[in-house]
Amino acid sequence: MNNKDIKIGLFIPCFMNELYPDACVSTLKLLENLDFDVEYPLEQTCCGQPMANSGCSSDVKNLAIRFVDIFYKYDYIVAPTASCVAMVKEHYEPFFKPDDQNYKKVQSSIFEICEFLHDIVKLDKLDVSFPYKVGVHNSCHGHRVLRLASASELNIPYFSKIKKLLSLVKDIQIVDLQRDDECCGFGGVFSINEPEISAAMGRSRIEDHLNSGAQVMTGVDLSCLMHMEGLINKDNKKLKVLHITQILAGYKF
Amino acid sequence: MTSKEIILNNIKQNQNIQQIPLPEIPNINEIYENIFEQFANTIENAGGKALQSDINKLNNLILELYPKATKIASNIKIPNLKTIDPNIYTNPHDLQNLELAIVKGEFAVAQNGAVWIQNNQNKHRALYFIAENLIIIVDKNNLVNNLYEAYKQIDITNSSYGVFISGPSKTADIEQSLVIGAHGSKSLYVIFV
Amino acid sequence: MNSHQKKAANFVANTKKMQWHDKALWFVREKRDIASKSLPQWESLREYANQIKTHTMGKLDFYLQQFEENAINNGIKIHWAKDAKEHNEIAYKILKQHNVKKVVKSKSMLTEECHLNQYLEQNNIKVIDTDLGERIIQLRKEPPSHIVLPAIHLTKEDVAQTFAKHLYTDPNNSDPTYLTHQARLHLREQFLSADAAITGVNFAIAQTGSIVVCTNEGNADMGTSLSKLHIASMGIEKIIPRLSDLDIFLNLLARSATGQHITTYSSHYQAPKDNGEFHIIIVDNGRSQFLQNKKYQKSLNCIRCGACMNSCPVYRRSGGHSYGYVIPGPIGSTLGAFKKQKDHSDLPFACTLCSSCSDVCPIKIDLHKQLYHHREDIVKAGLLNKKKQFILKTTALMMNYPKIVDFMGIIIRKTIPLLPDFIVYNKSNIWGKYRQMPKMPKKSFKQIYKEKKQ
Repeated sequence: MNNKDIKIGLFIPCFMNELYPDACVSTLKLLENLDFDVEYPLEQTCCGQPMANSGCSSDVKNLAIRFVDIFYKYDYIVAPTASCVAMVKEHYEPFFKPDDQNYKKVQSSIFEICEFLHDIVKLDKLDVSFPYKVGVHNSCHGHRVLRLASASELNIPYFSKIKKLLSLVKDIQIVDLQRDDECCGFGGVFSINEPEISAAMGRSRIEDHLNSGAQVMTGVDLSCLMHMEGLINKDNKKLKVLHITQILAGYKF
Repeated sequence: MTSKEIILNNIKQNQNIQQIPLPEIPNINEIYENIFEQFANTIENAGGKALQSDINKLNNLILELYPKATKIASNIKIPNLKTIDPNIYTNPHDLQNLELAIVKGEFAVAQNGAVWIQNNQNKHRALYFIAENLIIIVDKNNLVNNLYEAYKQIDITNSSYGVFISGPSKTADIEQSLVIGAHGSKSLYVIFV
Repeated sequence: MNSHQKKAANFVANTKKMQWHDKALWFVREKRDIASKSLPQWESLREYANQIKTHTMGKLDFYLQQFEENAINNGIKIHWAKDAKEHNEIAYKILKQHNVKKVVKSKSMLTEECHLNQYLEQNNIKVIDTDLGERIIQLRKEPPSHIVLPAIHLTKEDVAQTFAKHLYTDPNNSDPTYLTHQARLHLREQFLSADAAITGVNFAIAQTGSIVVCTNEGNADMGTSLSKLHIASMGIEKIIPRLSDLDIFLNLLARSATGQHITTYSSHYQAPKDNGEFHIIIVDNGRSQFLQNKKYQKSLNCIRCGACMNSCPVYRRSGGHSYGYVIPGPIGSTLGAFKKQKDHSDLPFACTLCSSCSDVCPIKIDLHKQLYHHREDIVKAGLLNKKKQFILKTTALMMNYPKIVDFMGIIIRKTIPLLPDFIVYNKSNIWGKYRQMPKMPKKSFKQIYKEKKQ
């Protein structure tokens, strides 16, 4: 099947749409460069994660129904986020009947962008360069729900779809961190409920990146990166934060 | 209603777990090429030591290992070694000043460096813990690879007690600093004869 | 409701101590990783353990009765306690019958849950906790902060001070070897002068009517081998069906807890000593309630290894005392929130849902999923902060109207850059307390996209 015949619905997290349009543009560019027929449905708003995360999942039901109505018609739904994708795949289930075909379709066709490029497209070439030392922050939803890389807790062979894609970028140097996959402390409402621990955890990740020689921190979830960027700027640390799509699509400082 | 009846009733009333069968557990553990070497390396990492000897050379070996020990109790006969028979005491407290206890081990487990002790003839369990130092004597043919094989051999029905010992007593309760010699023995040798 | 947050904030405020605590526990987690990765069959062991425990809990009454029958045949006296109060009363009765003045106790979270020590002390029976970590906190009159490493929150200097006060050791000598050997001498006296020994139970085997107690120090065995009376307290969930199941559980327990292959001593108590008495108290105290709840019943499978605590980035930086429940960390949070929802409604929120706890759990308990479900249950019970709930409900409602969302976005992106810092970073801006606000872009992606399409 020709990529031109594949319809992709671009799913953009609400806060990325408002605060990080560059990463959204990079995501769109990556998919359009591969000749997919990409559409960003304008009626989308929010997957409801902040509400569900706080235990108010019943308030999310309408948003879940809305999401499926908007996106079920696409061959694939691709998003520059692991946590929102995990939300749709795992936490929307209680809102739909077990035989709801539209939800089942959405559940099986929704992908985080790295997952999509690695598993579906099987991307093996990128014509971009990024001559910097990069640390990969393994955001928890991407890591332990979508399993984009092997969790250090498990006794399974090592793999990382994220690093595999990044290694296609010319001149890049991926650094090894002391703690490969410790949580950054964002945790959605946790960042507001327990700001002290949240900040301490974020600072720990930042120190790890700096101690490992990273010039840039990247990852699949801008929610985590936004939290750490906020700490970096407040604490005046020298570490640039970029979403992975920005690096994969070719980024110039 | 007795408390037993109340509890069992609560369990029955609340039972809502989807029943699954009890799995048969196969031997999924390692088999070692050099089983003694595996045991020796493992127990050494735990602060103990494994040695090989001959029943007739044991007395000299033990005196070499603990030259200063005078109060030695043993529940295994060691030719030419003067030891106290711990069973002569009625009160285990009488063993409190022992510098060295020598005890019989049934078999050793290579996977985790542990020795199984189950000795109905031994009157005082305290013998395994109360002495400053401990030696366990094991028949050199009694080494198993792993816990699966170990439990195939253990029949505890006619004993009151059995224990796996895998090293000298230890603790890391103070700042995660490992200290050998908590309440039990401060050293452990496992000697295969 | 925010008691974890307040206590955790205090703990974190001492940055040096917090980082030391985090490092110490991460070290234990790393040791666990090395041990688990040295066994190629590790993930299979976890799956078998999950199945054995789930099967057992599904037939719990059957196995408990089998256990009792076999234990009684061995000469063991079995008692049943429906709650903490009854447990304490039974223990006291047995001790009183034997004129016990002093009892030595090895580690048992169940006795901690029942507040047994206080009960016995009030009834003139002295209790000496013999696990080194537990003895330290007993002397300091503190609760344990971890189920395996009770004194992990203390420095060696703290311990030196405590021992100087109570054991008359050198206050300037904080060498752990010195302190441990002083404790050995002190506790040896206690063992030799005790009238009875109380232990916990790591595993109770239905098939043989015996129990297994695992220690590194040898304190459980020292106590039980030196006195005639042994009382073992066990929760109903400690049952496993067969002796051979210990192959699975003993391979998982120490590796998960401390990274060792096996604890120094794994004692199998089958029958009373000659001329001795051996009692086992089987305790419910709310455990049977878990069985009916599909969301939380798996937490009964717990073997109390502590791996989830060591792996929890929040626990490591907040310390066990921040949780306010006898067991801290992920497993404590789910147990506490189920047993006493109102008292512990803060605990499921003391978590980022990172899920590393579920990945390290040797029994594959779905800890992170349970904590997520607790949040839903807490909201349903009306225990969520009303203001927060209102904001979330309103936001959810607003998200049904893209035009309103777009409009709000424009307002925020346009006004925040114009406001002075003291307004943006006011007290109610919790995000801004430790973080700089993100830079407000001129256009949203949607605006860029729409323009592009024209």
